[in-house]
Amino acid sequence: MRLEPIAAPSHARTLGLPALAIAATVLVAALLAALAGANPLQTFGLIVKGAVGSKFATLETLNRATPLIFTGLAVAVAFRAKLWNIGAEAQLYAGALVTVLIGTQMGLPGPLALPIMALAAVLAGALTLLGPVLLKTRLGVDEVVTTLLLNFIMALFISYLLEGPLKDPMGMGWPKSPALPRDARLPRIVEGLRLHWGFALALICAAGVWLIQTRTTLGYEIRAVGQNPQAARFAGIPVGRVLVKTALISGGLAALAGFSEVAGLKGNLTSDLSPGFGYTGIIVAMLALLHPLGVVVSALFVAGIFVGADSMSRAAEVPTYIADILLAAALLFMVLAILLTRFRVVRG
Amino acid sequence: MSELVDILISASFWAAVLRIAAPLIFATMGELICERAGVLNLGIEGIMVFGAFAGWVTVYAGGGLWAGVAVAMLAGMGFGAVHALLTVPFGLSQHVVGLGITMLATASAYYAYRLALPEVTNPPRIEPFQPLHIPGLSDLPWLGEALFSQTALSWAGFACVALTALVLYRTPLGLALRAAGENPQAVEAQGLSVAALRMGAVIVGSGLMAVGGAFLTMSAFSSFFFEMVNGRGWICIALVVFGAWKPGKALLGALLFAGFDALQVRLQQTGLGQIVPYQVFLMIPYLLSILALILMSRRAQVPAALMTPFNRGER
Repeated sequence: MRLEPIAAPSHARTLGLPALAIAATVLVAALLAALAGANPLQTFGLIVKGAVGSKFATLETLNRATPLIFTGLAVAVAFRAKLWNIGAEAQLYAGALVTVLIGTQMGLPGPLALPIMALAAVLAGALTLLGPVLLKTRLGVDEVVTTLLLNFIMALFISYLLEGPLKDPMGMGWPKSPALPRDARLPRIVEGLRLHWGFALALICAAGVWLIQTRTTLGYEIRAVGQNPQAARFAGIPVGRVLVKTALISGGLAALAGFSEVAGLKGNLTSDLSPGFGYTGIIVAMLALLHPLGVVVSALFVAGIFVGADSMSRAAEVPTYIADILLAAALLFMVLAILLTRFRVVRG
Repeated sequence: MSELVDILISASFWAAVLRIAAPLIFATMGELICERAGVLNLGIEGIMVFGAFAGWVTVYAGGGLWAGVAVAMLAGMGFGAVHALLTVPFGLSQHVVGLGITMLATASAYYAYRLALPEVTNPPRIEPFQPLHIPGLSDLPWLGEALFSQTALSWAGFACVALTALVLYRTPLGLALRAAGENPQAVEAQGLSVAALRMGAVIVGSGLMAVGGAFLTMSAFSSFFFEMVNGRGWICIALVVFGAWKPGKALLGALLFAGFDALQVRLQQTGLGQIVPYQVFLMIPYLLSILALILMSRRAQVPAALMTPFNRGER
């Protein structure tokens, strides 16, 4: 078999195939639920109810979506330039760490604390990705493996700090940092509703990334480098510099997930702050076809699946990992469906 | 210093080096086969997780040890087939598909584990592979314990390196496979199918990765727990680069790496472990992998067509 480009794909193709991918994902989920001895329809119902069935559930989904918007944007920005940043997890923790350090140690006055914490977090995340990207541009070291390995190194570093110098003396022996003072917390958007300004910041960032990508030279250069680095270089685009700038933006965005989780939700740093938000960001970004505004939608969807599955697994005998399988399957089905909207399979 | 010497002359240290290296060797050979044919397989981490689970659960359910290895291998080949289908004929991004396979395989293993054992906090143990007694050799003083106290699965790992090297460099199949990763047009010109070669390599390679994972539950830890693979797959990708895509050099890399890993565990027990936090020791394997990548970056002989999809009829 062989792939042949389709000059003008029909609407049936461009809309039908992604719909088919969704149907296939739902089928996989139904099979998994049946495998666990549960009624698939009932399971789906419980997931939806758990995600958006009440005010509490919906707010929980929005809260869960917040870090995923940041990491999803981080991945989308980087992948657009074919910079394979798989290290959003490490950058998230770098941001969270700096947030806690500044918030608890410096005693900054209220209105100053939050902006400085956020900027420092961005800087920390950017620096965390700078190493791997410089190794890539200067020495040609593959960034996939270095960013992946940095996730493990960062996790151990955080674990060391939480058991050592950063351990909360009032923490009853638990490895956690002291809590941020009141002034250094992100306030809630509406008093009484459990949703903090981190969510708004995530939306602003999505709009910002969209503006950069569509309205600036850098956005154009990032796309050019991603599509064909040789051609970009030939056209006079400084490929290395563009990759470094991309990395700084990407790392900074991932770090804001850490900032927002600590300052908006948790109030302190623990080693389980992120249940893999950095990795899930890859799914979020791919499902959004790397479009920054699409990232918001897909982060809400992915968060809904996770929150819904958590709630469902408390009621039914279906393990919560069904959410992870479902999303990985959705990713694979979707990339295939999108490919087939542009190519047809021919024999020979 | 004398503590270091004590560690290095102890037979148990060298036995541990071989034990730590064995799963890495299987998975590294698996990745190497994929990459020599031109496909980067980032599914490795997840396939190892699934292999660890599949091997363990087979034995837990009453199957034999070798049956467990076979089940793990078949499961790995299954995930490999999905990876191969998406990346070879469809030519999708090997990065995206590989990471997707890792997530899918990892989540599937965890889901199945939770289904099999809903509320278990203490993972049940199985009776793992026992050290293979080799008459004469295993009874040698020091050497017997250091080198000849390995399980049959360990030995299979070393045999796997020899077999991989033999097939890659001494058979027409190996030549075609390497050519598929260097110059696929030439392979097509010979009337061979690049797609078939690459898909075969990814499927077989993924099977080996799963056996590497199965080694962890069946020959090292004897139970399955979450996050047990812990980045070993990514380390194997670094080992392939470190070994310059050659089986023998990759084996040396795995042994060297396992040596440092065995050493850091033992150094934690010494005076050094009193001063330096244990997390620093645990970082060593990951730091070494990055260092290996940096050292080899100048001299890496990457297969020329690695990560380049091949669409017949296209120039």
